Amino acid sequence: MAIWLTKDSKVIVQGMTGSEGSKHTRRMLAAGTNVVGGVNPRKAGQKVDFDGTELPVFASVADAMAETGADVTVIFVPPQFTKAAVVEAIDAAIPLAVVITEGVPVHDTASFWAYNVAKGEQTRIIGPNCPGIASPGASNAGIIPADITGSGRIGLVSKSGTLTYQMMYELRDIGFSTCVGIGGDPIIGTTHIDALAAFEADPETDAIVMIGEIGGDAEERAAEFIKANVTKPVVGYIAGFTAPPGKTMGHAGAIISGSAGTAEAKQAALEAVGVKVGKTPTETARLMREIMSGS
Amino acid sequence: MDLYEYQGRDLFERHGLPVLAGGVATTPEEARAIAERLGGRVVVKAQVKVGGRGKAGGVKLAEGPDEAVARATDILGMDIKGHTVHKVMITVTADVAEEYYFSYLLDRANRTFLCIASVAGGMDIEQVAAETPDKVVKAPIDAVQGVDEAKAREIVTAAGFPAEVADQVVEIAVGLWQAFVAEDATLVEVNPLAKNGDGRMLLLDAKISLDENAAFRHPDHEALVDQAAVDPLEQAAKAKDLNYVKLDGEVGIIGNGAGLVMSTLDVVAYAGERHGNVKPANFLDIGGGASAAVMANGLEIVLSDPAVKSVFVNVFGGITACDEVANGIIQALALLEQRGEQVTKPLVVRLDGNNAEAGRAILDGANNPLVQRVDTMDGAAERAAELAAAGV
Repeated sequence: MAIWLTKDSKVIVQGMTGSEGSKHTRRMLAAGTNVVGGVNPRKAGQKVDFDGTELPVFASVADAMAETGADVTVIFVPPQFTKAAVVEAIDAAIPLAVVITEGVPVHDTASFWAYNVAKGEQTRIIGPNCPGIASPGASNAGIIPADITGSGRIGLVSKSGTLTYQMMYELRDIGFSTCVGIGGDPIIGTTHIDALAAFEADPETDAIVMIGEIGGDAEERAAEFIKANVTKPVVGYIAGFTAPPGKTMGHAGAIISGSAGTAEAKQAALEAVGVKVGKTPTETARLMREIMSGS
Repeated sequence: MDLYEYQGRDLFERHGLPVLAGGVATTPEEARAIAERLGGRVVVKAQVKVGGRGKAGGVKLAEGPDEAVARATDILGMDIKGHTVHKVMITVTADVAEEYYFSYLLDRANRTFLCIASVAGGMDIEQVAAETPDKVVKAPIDAVQGVDEAKAREIVTAAGFPAEVADQVVEIAVGLWQAFVAEDATLVEVNPLAKNGDGRMLLLDAKISLDENAAFRHPDHEALVDQAAVDPLEQAAKAKDLNYVKLDGEVGIIGNGAGLVMSTLDVVAYAGERHGNVKPANFLDIGGGASAAVMANGLEIVLSDPAVKSVFVNVFGGITACDEVANGIIQALALLEQRGEQVTKPLVVRLDGNNAEAGRAILDGANNPLVQRVDTMDGAAERAAELAAAGV
């Protein structure tokens, strides 16, 4: 089953003919993803060869959906054009849009999110500035390396790309149902809470790893949600305990402003609702290992 | 990027919002020229990105150009909570009758923008919000619909602005929203929004943050960066497109991916508690690619920090294979030598993930006495902290 992305998902790529888009389309295909085409109005009607797989290029997301039955789009277009690309995906009411692009202005994200809400949230948006979503052994939409781990029964939701990979690697012998990288921007389309709710409802997920970082209060709100709604065991990790206030740590959203957004506050909120929080990624993996082995 | 008050005043003025006439000076003589141009009594205000400057003596009245020179001489170079004053703003004076509060900001939790308005301005708005929450209006703003006259009037009425200023505040609310959007700001805060003795509304202070992700459509924002206040290593790193933040420890950090590097800082700090309390010296994310050239640039920046005693290179091979990263490290060290850099500080390298075995073999084969390989993140952090403590 997994969440949001399954072996039946039909994936298109907005920006497939660009350098990042074509590189990762090739990798997604190699991972077994059912990529059915790309979108680029200037190259509509052409075909692109990916190591023997010919993929058609469509003029719009709506055209691609009509022709192929696509239900997932992965967006690799540059930040200047990301808002227009996401709005196009929303207009086509595609069920899932994964926005990989880093460096999108927050006014643009706020704007396409408001547009999505006004349209009744028919599109689940993951990102921007995220590594995407992978259901190991089934499908892979984004840039998460496909060969780190196989399928299993742990669900993973994370703000950070490489920490996602690290955690997948640490627990590769157990395996994952789905790994979602929600991104490190101040406004994101899919939150920790959305992923927690989906993992709670997923019969193929037994336990959840949640990776957060400094900035905002998403982890605190996730803790409240866990208390009220999540019965499966959750293990947490928070990056940025030693980050100084006022300095942005790589991600646009990773900043401690005044007393808000500290790692301590997030850890305390999670532990207060029974989530075990590891001090390091390795310790977090060990906590999950204990849960999965029933000890 | 946070702006200085004078930059905010300029920005408001450009967007047609009512501000006091003024200018910015870096020397007492410049202060004289501005005071002469403005005429009459002026205010001289220290420009620092920290609150409480009034209490620290950073805001003074001056009766004319001569006094403006004297006050500017007092204030320039002053230390306010660790911030040295390099600039003063000179404005004409206001005759403040009432002080209000008005701001637009990003609301992360609700994935939209928020307007906060209050007729109890001029003091700590957080205190007002905590003690008398009914005096503060928080109105969510739809990012697509924005603030038109009707929305502005709704806010002004809800906040209880007096009838005689309502029309002016509505106009300011709309104009301020337009400036907020046009400049890609994440915060515009006006405190106080003042009613002058003559009934005119004035924006008397400006706290503005701009979104650096939007720099591509604001070539003019580059000029707002205060180069003098940027750490020289951060400046050098930025010139090389590296995501570097200077910290005050002894263990240089290089890694790939913002989250992993943040996590590396934590793990090194924990290890440092057992080794002379050494701490991370920097944040440096070299991104997913981690080519030899990027690694060399990163190493050069980190090693040029005299506080660094050891370096921890922490790479998880995701898209990039670890053998490429290992080659990158070895080539980077050779490249630095070619550039005439004497590398003498030890490097602890942890490679994991894609092709880790091949990467480790390359490091071992290179047999560079400066490079130590430790295969777990926690173990490598321990070793880097130990080496830094021994090198202090």
